[in-house]
Amino acid sequence: MKTSLNPDERGYYGSFGGAFIPEMMQANVAELQEKYLDIIGTQEFKDEFDVLLRDYVGRPSPLYLATRLSEKYETNVYLKREDLNHTGAHKINNSLGQIILAKKLGKKRIIAETGAGQHGVATATACALMGLECTVFMGELDVKRQAPNVGRMKMLGAQVVPVSSGSKTLKDATNEAMRYWIANPFDTHYIIGSVVGPHPYPDMVAKFQSVISEEIRKQLKEKTGSELPDVVIACVGGGSNATGAFYHFLEEEKVRLIAAEAAGKGLESGFTAAATFKGVSGILHGSKTLFMQTDDGQVVEPHSISAGLDYPGIGPALAHWFETGRVEYQAITDEDAMQSGLELCKLEGIIPAVESSHALAVLDKTKFGKDEHVVVNLSGRGDKDLETYLKYL
Amino acid sequence: MSNRINTVLESKDNILSIYFTAGYPKLDDTMKVLVELERSGADMIEVGVPFSDPIADGPTIQHSNTVALDNGMSVQLLFDQLSGVRDKVSLPLIMMSSLNPIIQYGFEQFCQKCQEVGADGLIIPDLPVEEYISEYKDVVERYGLRNIILITPSSTDARIRLIDEHTDSFIYMVSSAATTGVNKNFSQDFEAFAKRLQAMNLKNPLVTGFGIKDKESFDQVTKFSKGGIIGSAFVKAVAEGDDAVASTAKFMREFA
Ligand SMILES: Cc1ncc(COP(=O)(O)O)c(C=O)c1O
Repeated sequence: MKTSLNPDERGYYGSFGGAFIPEMMQANVAELQEKYLDIIGTQEFKDEFDVLLRDYVGRPSPLYLATRLSEKYETNVYLKREDLNHTGAHKINNSLGQIILAKKLGKKRIIAETGAGQHGVATATACALMGLECTVFMGELDVKRQAPNVGRMKMLGAQVVPVSSGSKTLKDATNEAMRYWIANPFDTHYIIGSVVGPHPYPDMVAKFQSVISEEIRKQLKEKTGSELPDVVIACVGGGSNATGAFYHFLEEEKVRLIAAEAAGKGLESGFTAAATFKGVSGILHGSKTLFMQTDDGQVVEPHSISAGLDYPGIGPALAHWFETGRVEYQAITDEDAMQSGLELCKLEGIIPAVESSHALAVLDKTKFGKDEHVVVNLSGRGDKDLETYLKYL
Repeated sequence: MSNRINTVLESKDNILSIYFTAGYPKLDDTMKVLVELERSGADMIEVGVPFSDPIADGPTIQHSNTVALDNGMSVQLLFDQLSGVRDKVSLPLIMMSSLNPIIQYGFEQFCQKCQEVGADGLIIPDLPVEEYISEYKDVVERYGLRNIILITPSSTDARIRLIDEHTDSFIYMVSSAATTGVNKNFSQDFEAFAKRLQAMNLKNPLVTGFGIKDKESFDQVTKFSKGGIIGSAFVKAVAEGDDAVASTAKFMREFA
């Protein structure tokens, strides 16, 4: 099967994608489907987005040659420092892109779901910047384990709605945001935080995050003389940072792309979030994709130490890239991720988000060549995770 | 092919359709509730197939889904419970489910089972009309089932016409831009929507759902449509007290 970077006009990547939404969401989603490419393709949009990414987010984010880490793993490890972005993760790239789009569509209110709280903080930030009303849905369990981010969202003027249904985590927050949008369809835009949801969200979010790989190409060229690394590694919750890091390399077949899924307590433990290892194709959150479910089609509650990876599925493009074999998947346990996160603190003086630590753990599981250039997307910083790390010290 | 849904639509106005969640409040309440709904005067029944993550449902129905799943309800068990239903119940039965449980069971197998137990139709809220036409319509028709599709005040005329063209029973008219269980009076918006639809001269009748909670709101919607569907209000009522049959009878008394 041929690997597609972009979806077809019905939003499919191979057999995954589409827009499986109730009629009550149809008008809002159809409006996006009809207009998103035109709007984000205008010079006006690009200029506004670029200026914000540069002056507000602080892009380009550095590409840093981590020498001590490279020495340990006997290869050349470059860290793409999305953790240095304003608000501390890659999520802001997407929130800003979508909020500019929402303004152009005349929307007055923004809703969002969040797991780790990084997308919630990024969206609350974008709303403060643009003067729009912001409501963020967050699972009750995540409200507890990511308390600093709940505080940040409130300071930024957002209303945080704790969600008590289901597993009380990211998937339930997503359900609740969709329900709210159905009940309050007017003047409201839903900023989904990852490459999930009905078409056009997966493609729209991919395009806003693709700045990551666009920059990697330029930065690598300056440092090594070649735009192409040998390997790019990223963690996958829904898949937005991975998609951003892979985007401009997807069609470069020589570049090896590795996605780190959260194995939780282990693939066979019953407490995992590894969607390609444990998932089956089905319909979740408006698209056909791979997610963990019972034989009876009920969604299995995921587990990961990292709130941002604690999601039962992945976006449809990532499911497609798995299906075609373009992207390799590895399952990283809670324990291995925590050790790799702590190792980065000691070797490089960088405290990574627990999500990003899953990507770092791939270095320990895979042998790379001495001359290879390996880029790890450091999707976020670990300030929000101190409590979790301290238990592993 | 004749179908109980069409027969009821042809023979009656002010159709009272009741939604309930299979396996709720207790696992073996499914058949009891069906029988009591027929006895107490319902005209049509929607059998809800529980799903862990329904997005088009409000808190009451979501909760009933969770309880039913905890009780051990599954698609296979539901078909087992429904075998023999036609010896006891003659009303049209419509299976209402999110798409995923149906796909995992096997879409065609699901339709075949519906036909086998004597169900008449499907409502799959997250299956949009385009996907239905391109992937599923042939199968649904092969098993003599009717697929019922929702429209809302924000559906365009073109879309409503497409849905009408591919429907052969009734169109499910969502009373307002809201999910189930949102209590509000039927506003001018609903009337305006009903009038807009009247002027379109659709070939299928309309049955209204969402937010109908009692006789009064039912009477309001049947002024403008062929019938009304009660969901959350019944699901809430059926779990009050320990006996689902008695609770059903009590709820239905108002409509006698
Ligand atoms: C730092 C960080 N990395 C990764 C993720 C996972 O999301 P995605 O797979 O969409 O990049 C999150 C989500 O909250 C996050 O905060």
